Amino acid sequence: MTEAATIPASERRLEREAAKRRRSRRGAAIAALSSVLVIGGLAVLVLTSNGWPEVRETFFSWTEFKNAFGEVLSGFWLDVKVFMGVEVAVLVIALALALIRVSRSSGLFPLRLLSTVFVDVSRGIPTVLMVYLIGFGVPALQIVKPAPDPAILGAIALTISYSGYVSEVYRAGIRSVHRGQHDAALAVGLTHSQAMRLVILPQGIRRVAPPLLNDFISLQKDAALISIIGPVEAFRAAQIIQGENFNFTPLVAAALLYLAVTVPLARVVDRMGGTEGAVR
Amino acid sequence: MSAPVLEVKGVTKAFGERQVLRGIDLTVGEHEAVALIGASGSGKSTLLRCIDLLEEIDDGDVFLDGEVITDPAVSPVAVRRRLGFVFQAYNLFPHMTALQNVMIGERHAHGARKAEAEERGRALMARFGLAGREDDRPDNLSGGQQQRVAIARAFAGKPRALLLDEVTSALDPELVGEVLAAVRDLKQAGMTMVIATHEMSFAREVADQVAFLHAGRILELGPPERVLEHPEREETRRFLGRLLAAGRI
Repeated sequence: MTEAATIPASERRLEREAAKRRRSRRGAAIAALSSVLVIGGLAVLVLTSNGWPEVRETFFSWTEFKNAFGEVLSGFWLDVKVFMGVEVAVLVIALALALIRVSRSSGLFPLRLLSTVFVDVSRGIPTVLMVYLIGFGVPALQIVKPAPDPAILGAIALTISYSGYVSEVYRAGIRSVHRGQHDAALAVGLTHSQAMRLVILPQGIRRVAPPLLNDFISLQKDAALISIIGPVEAFRAAQIIQGENFNFTPLVAAALLYLAVTVPLARVVDRMGGTEGAVR
Repeated sequence: MSAPVLEVKGVTKAFGERQVLRGIDLTVGEHEAVALIGASGSGKSTLLRCIDLLEEIDDGDVFLDGEVITDPAVSPVAVRRRLGFVFQAYNLFPHMTALQNVMIGERHAHGARKAEAEERGRALMARFGLAGREDDRPDNLSGGQQQRVAIARAFAGKPRALLLDEVTSALDPELVGEVLAAVRDLKQAGMTMVIATHEMSFAREVADQVAFLHAGRILELGPPERVLEHPEREETRRFLGRLLAAGRI
C-alpha cells in the first residue's frame, strides 16, 4: 500500500488533478485533430492529383503485386541469408578490431596499425564501390577456381564495409566505461584481459547496443547492393519483373519486405534507448 | 616488533610537470593501521595507488613482506592479489549483483570454485551487515551499503594489507558511521591498513600512526595523540586549524 493512497485527498489536490486531466484531454484532442488534418490533407493532395490513377495502376496494382510477390519473396530470402551471415561476421570481426585498437601492448603494434588502416579504408569507400571491387576483383585474382558465388563475395564486401563502422561503435562503448572500473578490476587481482572481458566489455557493449543495432538496420537495407554483381535478391527480382511488365508494383513489394525486417528492429532500438535514465 | 608488511622507501611520482610525491618513506607493521592525513592534492591517493601498482612510481621502491614489488620483473597482477583497495567512489561493478562483486576476485583472481567463493561472499556480506542484499545491483544500494560491499570485495581476497582511499568522502554524513564501523571491525580483526582520510576523530580512534602529508612529503609521523594534538610543524597546525574552523573535528 502506497502512502499516497492512505492520505485523504484535499480540495486543492482534487482541483489540481482535475486540471491535469483537462490538460491531457485537450492535448489528445489537438493531437488527433492535427493528425487528421495533416494526413488527410496529404491523402487528398495525392489522391486528387492528375497523375494518381496512372500511379495507382503502375505502383499499387493488386494483380501485379500477387503476381510478383512469390518471386520477390524468394529473392528476399537471399537478402535475409546475406544480412544474417554478415551481421554475425561483423559482430565478431568488429569486436576483434576494436580490442586490437584499444590495446596498449607493444607486441600488437603491427596489428594495431593494420586495424587502423583497415577501419579508415573500409569506412572511407562507398559500400556500392566496395561490392563492385570485391565482386569483380577477387574472381580476377583466380585464387580459387571456380570463382566464388557472387552472393558470397557481396557478403564479404558488406562485412568489410560494416566491420569498420561497427568496430568504432564498440570502441566508443569500451572508452565510455569509467576508468575507475578498470582500476577496481585490477585492484581485485584480475589481469588486464580478465578486466576487459568481465568488467569493461559487458558494460560497454550494453551501452552501445542501440547504435550497433542501428547500423544493422542500415546493413539490412544495403544487402540490396549485392545485386549489382549478379545475385537476384529482392530488389533485383522486382526490377526484372518490372522490366517485363512495365509496372513498378514489384518494387513496392520489395520495399514492403525490407520494411518488414527493419521496422521491428527500429522499434527494438527505440525501446532500448529509453531504458537507461534517458531524457523523456 | 615483527617484520613490516609494507615498506615505502624514497618513492617519488610526477604526473607530467606536476610532482605529486617527493620522496615518501613509510613503514607499516603487521596489524598496524596508518592514517594518511593532509589537504586535497597532498598526495594521499597517489601514494595508495602507487602501493597497489595502479600507478607506476618514478623513483624509490615499495616492499611487501620484505619483497620488492616495484621492480619491472615483478608481476603487478600477483602483487595486487595480495593487497586490497577500497576506492572513494566505491567503483563497484554496476552490471553485477552485490554478491558477484564480492566474489569476483576469489573466482577469477584466486581460482576458487564457485560454491566456495559464494559461501565466503555471503559470509562476508553478513559480516558487514549486508545480509539480504546479495542479489541487489549496486544502483539499488545506499552509498554506505555500496561502500561496505566494496570493503567486503577488497577483503575477500585475504589481502596482507588493505588500502583505503577516503572511503567516506563520497557519503552523506548520516551514512559515514556504518562504513567506519566496518573499518573498525577490520582493525579489530588485525588487518594491516593504510587509510587516507579526512575524518580526524576516526584517525585518532583507529590509527596506530598518523602521517601528515604536505606537498608530496610526509612532514609528520607519529601516534595520533601526538600528531593531532601536539603537532610540531607549522603546516600540520595550519591544516588542523582549517579543519577545526570548518567544523570537521
